[in-house]
Amino acid sequence: MGCMPMTSSFVFLMRYSKRMMDPHKNSFRRKVRPHERFIEIMLFFCALLSIIITVGIVVILVKESWLFFKNPQVTLKEFFTSKKWQPMIGDFGFLPLLNATFTTSIIAMSLGVPIGLFVAIYLSEYASEKTRAVLKPILEILAGIPSIVFGYFALTFMTPLLRGIFNAERVEIYNTASAGLVIGILVLPLIATMAEDAIGAVPKELRLAAYALGSTKLETVFQIVIPAAISGISATFLLAFSRAIGETMVVALAAGAGPNFTYNPFRSAETITGYIVRISGGDVSYNSIDYNSIFALGLVLFIITFALNFISRRISERFRQEYE
Amino acid sequence: MSVKAYEVNMPFVGAKSAENPIIEMKDVDIYYGDFQAVKKISMEILERHITAFIGPSGCGKSTVLRSINRMNDLIPNARLEGYVLFNGYDLYDERVDPVLIRRRIGMVFQKPNPFPKSIYENIAWGARINGYKGDMDELVQTSLQSAALWDEVKDKLKKGALQLSGGQQQRLCIARALAVFPEIILMDEPASALDPIATGRIEELILDLKTKYTIIIVTHNMGQASRLSDYTAFFMVDENRTGYLEEFGDTEQVFLNPRNKKTEEYISGKFG
Amino acid sequence: MNSMNHVVQFGTEEDVQVLMEKRRHNGTLWQAVFMFSVSLAMLFLIMLIFSVVNTTFGYVVLVNEVESSTLIAQKDSVSSFTRAELEQVAFSRLSAGILRRVEYEKPIADRSDEELIALIEQYIIKPKVRKTWGLWDSLFNKIEIDRYMAENEGSYAVFRSWVNSSFLVADQSSDPLNAGIRTALFGSLWIILVTLVFAFPIGVGAAIYLEEYAKDNRFNRALQLNIFNLSAVPSIIYGLLGLAVFVRAMEPITSGALILGIEDSTANGRTILSGGLTLGLLVLPIIIINTQEALKAVPDSLRMSSYGVGATKWQTVWNHVLPASFDRILTGTILALSRAFGETAPLVVIGASTFISIDPSGIFSKFTTLPTQIYQWSARPQGAYRNLASAAIVCLLILLLIMNSTAIYLRARINRKKRLEA
Repeated sequence: MGCMPMTSSFVFLMRYSKRMMDPHKNSFRRKVRPHERFIEIMLFFCALLSIIITVGIVVILVKESWLFFKNPQVTLKEFFTSKKWQPMIGDFGFLPLLNATFTTSIIAMSLGVPIGLFVAIYLSEYASEKTRAVLKPILEILAGIPSIVFGYFALTFMTPLLRGIFNAERVEIYNTASAGLVIGILVLPLIATMAEDAIGAVPKELRLAAYALGSTKLETVFQIVIPAAISGISATFLLAFSRAIGETMVVALAAGAGPNFTYNPFRSAETITGYIVRISGGDVSYNSIDYNSIFALGLVLFIITFALNFISRRISERFRQEYE
Repeated sequence: MSVKAYEVNMPFVGAKSAENPIIEMKDVDIYYGDFQAVKKISMEILERHITAFIGPSGCGKSTVLRSINRMNDLIPNARLEGYVLFNGYDLYDERVDPVLIRRRIGMVFQKPNPFPKSIYENIAWGARINGYKGDMDELVQTSLQSAALWDEVKDKLKKGALQLSGGQQQRLCIARALAVFPEIILMDEPASALDPIATGRIEELILDLKTKYTIIIVTHNMGQASRLSDYTAFFMVDENRTGYLEEFGDTEQVFLNPRNKKTEEYISGKFG
Repeated sequence: MNSMNHVVQFGTEEDVQVLMEKRRHNGTLWQAVFMFSVSLAMLFLIMLIFSVVNTTFGYVVLVNEVESSTLIAQKDSVSSFTRAELEQVAFSRLSAGILRRVEYEKPIADRSDEELIALIEQYIIKPKVRKTWGLWDSLFNKIEIDRYMAENEGSYAVFRSWVNSSFLVADQSSDPLNAGIRTALFGSLWIILVTLVFAFPIGVGAAIYLEEYAKDNRFNRALQLNIFNLSAVPSIIYGLLGLAVFVRAMEPITSGALILGIEDSTANGRTILSGGLTLGLLVLPIIIINTQEALKAVPDSLRMSSYGVGATKWQTVWNHVLPASFDRILTGTILALSRAFGETAPLVVIGASTFISIDPSGIFSKFTTLPTQIYQWSARPQGAYRNLASAAIVCLLILLLIMNSTAIYLRARINRKKRLEA
């Protein structure tokens, strides 16, 4: 271990041939190598840590949520049906937060999905090698920008822009539309890259077959390639949706503080993640109802995103099997 | 040979006598970027006959095949010089839309490549995008019948095409090509991915199709070429890896009495 | 088949041409849509960069608490003071406490003119920000600035780059003109260091297990699936995990009380160690997946030739597989770390966002990081803090750019090597 490969193999060869010459020793007997076994066990524990993390997440979220729901002030029925979330005065309906989360995510998807998909189509079907060489790094840069920067962008650029277009009196300073649109930009590179992979995995032969029947490029793309890649593409959309739901900094900065049950995207409304950040950022004391509530909401968030990711992975696995 | 002036409404030329060439190639050079893939190809392909392209790998026979329905256009940097005439019209005239050409000159590929759709949709799709006006169910049935597949699939038209066996898939691909009423069918080693029994059925089918269609087939299999084709074009490759036409003639003559020593060596299996 | 037949099938030649024209038109239209989408994506990036750069530079309207002309008669600017005047003003106008501290750090007599001017501006003249303009307005909307100046007497405008040398080295301050990111930078670097030390060996070890040792059985497949799922868990969930485990449950360890014996640690578990471990958990699945990709790229023939000369599994991995994939592992790790570097939410959740002006001294210090600093500043309503936030964003993006281009450079080197070998 650690020595030059050449030397080590040479030494092995020597030892091996010597044993071969010794008639009294069974040189092919399985050798016990405690050192090798130890390393394997260590490596196994490294891998096992990932399970421990998952178990840790679940245990902690469930335990703290249990404490939350055990509180006499909180009932499950209220949690899931009430449209008021004011832990200070004993209102524990999480619908306003969930509603805001879905509002921002749906706005994000309605921007990110078409543009991301079209960019993917352009990249894989239309762009020349040269154009790709320019566009791919641009997407990578966009994908590498931290979400806090997008939050700043939402607050200082998108919101004034929306207020300029739709009249400042109708658009509040904090609003879900601005946050949603910017989350859309944030998930765009993810959608574009993954959808491009899915489209690229469609065998070239299918395209050739379509062209040979006298189809145009557009017909080939929309009627043959996209349907053939549809499971990979929908897996992408689900993953992006889960990203949008879990996105925190953009909504924390731009969507507004304070739960508000509204369907108007120009009003301010706090999302699940926004609430968790606001409460925990303010030095919350342990064992308070506030502290427990962020874990209960975290559990909701975890279940939603986990389900989305799980389905997405299932679909994309099936997609991969189709073309292997 | 004369090049006819291009008319915007390229008229459909109906059935002609067997002696009329449906495809004429004159001094065709094809390049991929700086690389010259084939040089100085000249030949005439007769209507309702089977022409086989044979030759060692890399000799450009598939390239020449793909130039006939302008599939080479899909490869970036591919370029053609010379003339390829279809019923006397220049296929590479700048006003010609390759999309319309490909409807009339169909293609079957080496590996069966049905669309991941139903059997019915596989057949109907090409006709639909090209604006087929007739009865679609009927078209699907006749196309499948022409490809000798109808009896096997008539009860599962709505099932996915990928469930079919390899040989069935390839016949489906042929049926799919027939459904857009092509005049010529280009076949790029259509049986090379199939087992011997499936190959036999495909060969029978090709011979059947000869009565209605002009067929050009690229093959590595000498036996197949001699069994199927009326004419054989033998391609060779020079020291620059550029392909050229070494010999072209009656299949019987090319196989039994080659004019050229290289042809004889190739056919007798000395190289290739 | 004849021409009559053909008309029945696809209509007259004219029909065919009309349909083809429509199909071509559709194709052009949609291609335009695709290209428009690409330009939109590029436009978003440009707008983002514009919005950051725009607020990083621009005119600032200031009002002095003390005018320089009241310090030295008839001199409108500190920079026109002579050396003697500078020293005189410093000694006479600085409060005793500040003077003592300043003299202790560096005697006034030893300070350069520029340092003295900065000192006098900070402690005596005390300019206050009235209003700030972005770069765009500063360049193209000067009239409005002039009008504002005319309405507000006693104020003056200077063109200011919010990213400057003092911004990099100054610590946090409630005065936007003197605030800086030094503490945050140190915090970020410490956090990344802890993250690296924790996640790199474990991540690489796990990847080696999964790629080289694990048999294809149910358990190992579940392990792999679990890693993929973890990589998609929202980062804020990791924050909650870190809050409950590292900050709260392991407080005696993470606050340093158990190890250093500090009883009255004010950090109460909200330390660099907790932050680094939290981000370590966050990037662990990413490092595992990236390393697995790197190991997969090593050709099997290399392993076979090693086994062929009688090497054991671990000898093969250590002597052949790891060296062959090291560049790729490094690239993947850098990319994972740059993700950690920009993370904000988990650190805010475990409590990094408190106001801190002392540099962290070790893993048991309280901390703030560059992204949390940006969050803090962005969330404030006053204009000047927005400028600070954008300046900090510029610094963050430059650092990330350096990290990522290192990774891209390494990747290019791998490709070049591969091409040479081929």
